[in-house]
Amino acid sequence: MPTPVGAALRTALKEAAIAAGVALIVALPLVGFRLIDITGGVSIQTRFDWVVYGVAVVFIGRLGLALWRELRIPHARKAGEASSLAIFAEQIAAFTRQYSLYFGIVGAAFAFALPFMPFTDQYILDVAITVLIYVMLGWGLNIVVGLAGLLDLGYVAFYAVGAYSYALLAQNFNLTFWESLPLAGAFAALFGLLLGFPVLRLRGDYLAIVTLGFGEMIRIILLNWQSLTGGPNGVSSIERPSFFGYPFTAVAPEGKTAFHELMGLEFSNSHRVIFLYFLILILALITNAFSVRMRRLPLGRAWEALREDEIACRSLGINPTNTKLSAFALGAMFGGFAGSFFATRQGFISPESFTFIESAVILAIVVLGGMGSQFGVVIAAAFLILVPEFGRDLAQFRMLMFGFAMVAIMVWRPRGLIAHREPSMRLHPVGGPEAAKAGS
Amino acid sequence: MTTPDHLLDVEHLTMRFGGLTAIDDVSFGAADRQISAIIGPNGAGKTTLFNCLTGFYKPTVGRLGLRRGSKTLLLERMEGFRIAQQAGVARTFQNIRLFPGMTVLENLLVAQHTALMRASMFSLAGLFRLPVFRAAERAAVDFARFWLDRIGLLDRADWDAGNLPYGDQRRLEIARAMCTRPVLLCLDEPAAGLNPRESADLNELLLYIRNEQKTAVLLIEHDMSVVMGISDRIIVLDYGRKIADGTPSAVRNDPVVIRAYLGEEETDEIPPEIAAEIGVAAKRP
Repeated sequence: MPTPVGAALRTALKEAAIAAGVALIVALPLVGFRLIDITGGVSIQTRFDWVVYGVAVVFIGRLGLALWRELRIPHARKAGEASSLAIFAEQIAAFTRQYSLYFGIVGAAFAFALPFMPFTDQYILDVAITVLIYVMLGWGLNIVVGLAGLLDLGYVAFYAVGAYSYALLAQNFNLTFWESLPLAGAFAALFGLLLGFPVLRLRGDYLAIVTLGFGEMIRIILLNWQSLTGGPNGVSSIERPSFFGYPFTAVAPEGKTAFHELMGLEFSNSHRVIFLYFLILILALITNAFSVRMRRLPLGRAWEALREDEIACRSLGINPTNTKLSAFALGAMFGGFAGSFFATRQGFISPESFTFIESAVILAIVVLGGMGSQFGVVIAAAFLILVPEFGRDLAQFRMLMFGFAMVAIMVWRPRGLIAHREPSMRLHPVGGPEAAKAGS
Repeated sequence: MTTPDHLLDVEHLTMRFGGLTAIDDVSFGAADRQISAIIGPNGAGKTTLFNCLTGFYKPTVGRLGLRRGSKTLLLERMEGFRIAQQAGVARTFQNIRLFPGMTVLENLLVAQHTALMRASMFSLAGLFRLPVFRAAERAAVDFARFWLDRIGLLDRADWDAGNLPYGDQRRLEIARAMCTRPVLLCLDEPAAGLNPRESADLNELLLYIRNEQKTAVLLIEHDMSVVMGISDRIIVLDYGRKIADGTPSAVRNDPVVIRAYLGEEETDEIPPEIAAEIGVAAKRP
């Protein structure tokens, strides 16, 4: 009878050999051959040494992993039992949940203080603005996906509608940002209704496909309606935001006062960035406050009930049509607000900015954060935007890193980073005797 | 025609699915503040009848009249959710349909959606938490608390509904239906899967609903201890037709009903050649 170590070694060797074989099959064509330019054409250069290194790394890595697993927990672990990393992740999530209110307050305080921190420069603020746009979009989409349970793969369409609404209103009708913001939200909500009507009967994968198509439709219309949207050239020189009518310019236009003159400050480019930062911070916090409050209202509760069981909803007198449409419209409205902000920040928009990958990133933020979790969205947005941003030095490996991080989260936290639903109303206070087994 | 003391009048109800006639020209009435049971063998069309009544199916032929005051509402012409919202017909399901991821309390609050929605002025008053909404919300919680106390789930109000034991889920579903303040409560096999003690509790709950809440109950049930114990009236369906209608004692002794449940006397015995095949000792006459 083989010793435990011998048996473990045999299993590990077998696994390592299989992994190395797979690595060889993949690496040989991808790494082993390379096209190079030579004068008068191309030629193939072989790099078999690279293949050997790669396969060796995979073999040793897999062997080490397998041995570690086999020897550390000598008896075969039961399927479904959590690994130590998963338990660690769960502890962190539980901790975050428990103190989510404090995290929220500290996070908001930090966000408000960020522009005045000594280490903050324009680059950091720019990145922070991008993160906040995605946080806002994530919170908006959370209404549709997290609360109402309607899988929407075309959310970027509403972002685009909002952006173009502001850009075109500002250009053609000389409306200011504050005048067009509600209009942009209303237009986006209208498009939400427009999308909502034909998909009322659809659920799950079918709904996802239709919304995906809708997102592409909007982008293609923007691309081809040359006379209105400028087609692929987009809309440029969109009016930059002003501080309630006081522009952020070194020299104010005739008859106006510049912001720095109003405040008695030296002119600085960073004023505009700081203003944009606070603008998006406040817009995002409004989105958050709105959806947190909505959850506790009958309409929000009906959204969640609709996600749980539509037939039961109908038997209780809830109108599923209106309930679904309101979720689509309100979710779209916040996408529209975020779009207007995007347009005024960039000063230039084109259909390029509203591709499917944007929808996918926003949806990934909601899913990774934990459906319906407001705080999870913030963490996921920061993670998904910051990792590629700080990964720029890694150049071509940056998407690989991104992919690895996504896989890791889905392995260890399959229901999202903070997968927990807080009841919209409690009868017994938390910590009371009856609450001991509540939730779970 | 409509009998004055009837709450619900089903007239010539027929429901066909393609070539299959699930309900064939059934007429009956259900009196107000009474428990009427619908029984019949499996596949007799009982649940289809409920689905017609509560708007999940549109009947092929027939008239479903519900009296509310001096008016008669025609259920077959109403959209599904309006039947619960305006006509006041609530139902439960054969396979429980709670909102499993929401708490027990939330389940009961969702049931009061119509009233709360009006009080929240379609969320406007709610968003700013105006006093008018807060008062309505408090009333809704109190009403939910009343029913939780009645079904013995007050302690577990903050549990996820999906984590409750089976019998409690059944009772919660009935309480949720009652939270819509219905005039007619349709229960689809409420005693299925309950142990004898639980079904005795159920009997008591249904009698309470009839006597104290003044709500009419329409009941589909296989458990005869429930049906015979509390029903004021029993309607028997078989193959989509009504074969009997009357008081429990009359129905119990009706030869047509006995035949439908136990089969014809002639075919009661298994023929010897089939018995040999399935390995059962054939009963000699």
